[in-house]
Amino acid sequence: MNDILNLSALELRDAIASGAVTSSAAVEAYLAAIAAHEQALGAFTQVFADRAREQAARVDADRAAGRPVGVLGGVPLAVKDNMCTAYGRTTCGSKMLANFHAPYTATAVGRLERAGAIVLGKTNLDEFAMGSSTESSALAATRNPWDTHRVPGGSSGGSAAGVAARMCAGALGSDTGGSIRQPAAFCGVVGLKPTYGRVSRLGLVAYGSSLDQIGPMTVDVSDAALLAGVISGHDPKDSTSINAPVPDYLAGLDTPPPGLRIGLPREFYSQALDGEIHAAIDQAVEVYRRAGAKVVDVSLPHSRIDVAADGALSSYAVACYYIVAMSEASSNLARYDGVHYGHRTGRRVEDIIELYSFSRAEGFGDEVKRRIMLGTYTLSSGYYDAYYNKALKVRRLIAGDFARAFGDCDVLLCPVAPTTAFRVGEKTADPLTMYLADIYTISVNLAGLPGLAIPAGVSPAGLPIGMQLIGPAFSEDVLLRAGRLYEKASGVTRLRPKMV
Amino acid sequence: MTNAITAEQVRHIGRLARIELTDDQADAFGRQLADIVGYFDKLKELDTDGVEPMVHALEVTNVLAADVAEASLDAAAALANAPDRDGDYFKVPKVIGDS
Repeated sequence: MNDILNLSALELRDAIASGAVTSSAAVEAYLAAIAAHEQALGAFTQVFADRAREQAARVDADRAAGRPVGVLGGVPLAVKDNMCTAYGRTTCGSKMLANFHAPYTATAVGRLERAGAIVLGKTNLDEFAMGSSTESSALAATRNPWDTHRVPGGSSGGSAAGVAARMCAGALGSDTGGSIRQPAAFCGVVGLKPTYGRVSRLGLVAYGSSLDQIGPMTVDVSDAALLAGVISGHDPKDSTSINAPVPDYLAGLDTPPPGLRIGLPREFYSQALDGEIHAAIDQAVEVYRRAGAKVVDVSLPHSRIDVAADGALSSYAVACYYIVAMSEASSNLARYDGVHYGHRTGRRVEDIIELYSFSRAEGFGDEVKRRIMLGTYTLSSGYYDAYYNKALKVRRLIAGDFARAFGDCDVLLCPVAPTTAFRVGEKTADPLTMYLADIYTISVNLAGLPGLAIPAGVSPAGLPIGMQLIGPAFSEDVLLRAGRLYEKASGVTRLRPKMV
Repeated sequence: MTNAITAEQVRHIGRLARIELTDDQADAFGRQLADIVGYFDKLKELDTDGVEPMVHALEVTNVLAADVAEASLDAAAALANAPDRDGDYFKVPKVIGDS
């Protein structure tokens, strides 16, 4: 493998800054990796090769002339294709937006570029970020670099697969119910879902607006700290973004949080959890214990996972999450009307309602239709109180559980997903089983908290296992330092699939 | 849980959501929607009397911008993705009848 691809984004940034490597060489190395793996993985919806080469040449010229190139100067990254870019297309993995050219660039992506990063391409996703396997993309399914018969997780599966296969030095994903953390776990990379409001959502195509958040997906925790620092911060154009200072996440990264107390939510360690994941988490707990952390037992009663006699899983949090997310989705996706942008039917229509209905029937895939219809149902008169309003009340109970747990600990340690990456097609027939892939991640979005997924090892079958650290609002610095502590103490970091 | 959603109900939801459904789709979605709504019913086990609905992840109040005019998207950019247009207007089929 090319030496450049062995570097993390932070190391590559330093190598470019010092003149050891040019940005142009880095772009060529990553374009070659994309050429080598894209057919097998389908991680990208678009690659901006010419644009990337021009930008790299500019960075190299600036550096040679002694001009500043930024904290991500010349580093090639990828962004999920539900973030608007004023160049290329923003497809959301949907036929609806197959030819949509966004008029502006998302704030988070713009922040990367202003820091000198090069957007190498846009990554595949479940259609409109609705899914947990990146199989519902209208373009093609993305495959897992660890085993191409398996899914990369979702919905940010293209970003996860791209980072894992070293087709980019890092990427942005978005997370509504686990869409950064679960694919990060399935592909053996690091994924940070920031506190709600930490990163601007302007230009992120809306799915569940009270849940959506953009975050980094990277080869290690240091890179997550680097990217999180760049994309975080107030945006006057997103009234839900929080106007609070952004800590220097990299500065204190190697200092473990003093007196760290790790909480284990007992409801998450039930028979629903795969044995090999349970074992990996137990080992991680031991790593923290040996490093001096205090480990305490905590409870998240409303995130409890029940296992029926037939093995079927259920959880208040999953029910609550899908009602909230689908209700918001039905409202958000009303904008796709075949009038202003997006797909318009070619069929003859009698009136404007037919124009809407035919365009939407043709433009949306089945999972998107299911979620819009379920959200329409839960918001409709007669059901609003029974479902939507009830879910909002349960949401408060779930958030309250976390607040109580953080009275006894600084961070929670738990699984990311109940299993390792599942097989392509395994869960597509039954939407409910797919929804349960998010069982350990959704509560975090409901409560608006930050969650960090990091690799915790590889299963006997050769698939990555992830673990999750969850903290109070705006505790990203603590999560990252706790994650870095684990990386150093365990040596589990920068996992690499055999294909690269 | 008996939460049958009839094909007629699904078609009604489809009309509300402005999504045209074939008969086959109405049947298939009806079964799936019934399963999922049945799953949602799990929340009925919880007593939520007196719990305030949580509408947002962070309890933020209204954010008001200064009342200052700023440049916004110009008409050409706003219309650039229009499926059909007439000058500076989005064009749609005739909505009102001839008579």
